[in-house]
Amino acid sequence: MAEFKFPVDASQIMLFARAVGDKNPIYHDSEYASGTEVKGIVAPPTFVQASAQYDPKFPLRPAIGQPWFGSGKEATGTPKPKEQPKEKSEKKNSDSARMLHAEQQYIYHKPIRPGDDLSVTTKRGNSWEKEGRRGGTMSFSETITEFRDSKGELVVTATSVGVTTGKAVSQD
Amino acid sequence: MALHASTLKIGDTYEELVAENLSRTQIVQYAGASGDYMPLHTDEVYAREIAGYPGVFAHGMLSMGATGAMLTNWVGDGHLTEYSARFTRQVWPGDDLLAKATITNIIQENGETLAEMDVLTTNQDGQSVISGKATARIDA
Repeated sequence: MAEFKFPVDASQIMLFARAVGDKNPIYHDSEYASGTEVKGIVAPPTFVQASAQYDPKFPLRPAIGQPWFGSGKEATGTPKPKEQPKEKSEKKNSDSARMLHAEQQYIYHKPIRPGDDLSVTTKRGNSWEKEGRRGGTMSFSETITEFRDSKGELVVTATSVGVTTGKAVSQD
Repeated sequence: MALHASTLKIGDTYEELVAENLSRTQIVQYAGASGDYMPLHTDEVYAREIAGYPGVFAHGMLSMGATGAMLTNWVGDGHLTEYSARFTRQVWPGDDLLAKATITNIIQENGETLAEMDVLTTNQDGQSVISGKATARIDA
């Protein structure tokens, strides 16, 4: 379905590794990295998440000039789902506010390196429902994302399972 | 840097403290690095007043990323062939995260020796926040 390009650069890898608290020099020190088994800077295991930066339609990034559902003058910049008239309610928006990440899987085919120009293809996988004790009815849906290099070879296959809960997940 | 099949056995474990007193700022840092600006993680007002949570909590992927550091520190860079996680509980500002891997199997596949492991990350109360699996290439 969706397809976009994800150019990988060294600073992006450094920033991502910092954000997850990973101080391994392989993610920022090219001199050190060149002396290792992988012979250069590589990306950390969950790095492909940063491809969201290049996804033109990624819903969890404020779009320039558009209302954002996080707080500003009010606690949310868009009407609360229950206040929206039924026929106008945009199901996708209200859903994304209750969408949580349930599971994530990566299959690694080869290391990601600075300079890689990855092609990202996303398709829907399975979807199912479950009665949960903590969050009401839970709807699960799977998204499969393939990252390929400029030769068309698979680099990483990522499968994400999202869950939409009926209410906020209770803390017990 | 790779692990060796000769010195590795089922039940072997490795663990690391991968977050200590997790800060709201690190959660925002992860939002910026990953591009996932979900207000549940970055916006205290939204998280409390609109979503009905006690406050912001970390992206599951922040915990999975932090746990990944423990894995690569143990198995070496470029050795993971698979890594998966289920997010079993939310991670809150102030939490400490202890990530642990346990060897469950050592197999031969397509001429390679692979170590399969269970991955478990717990908070300071010993509650699981990530339950996962990983597979890494090791030296025969």
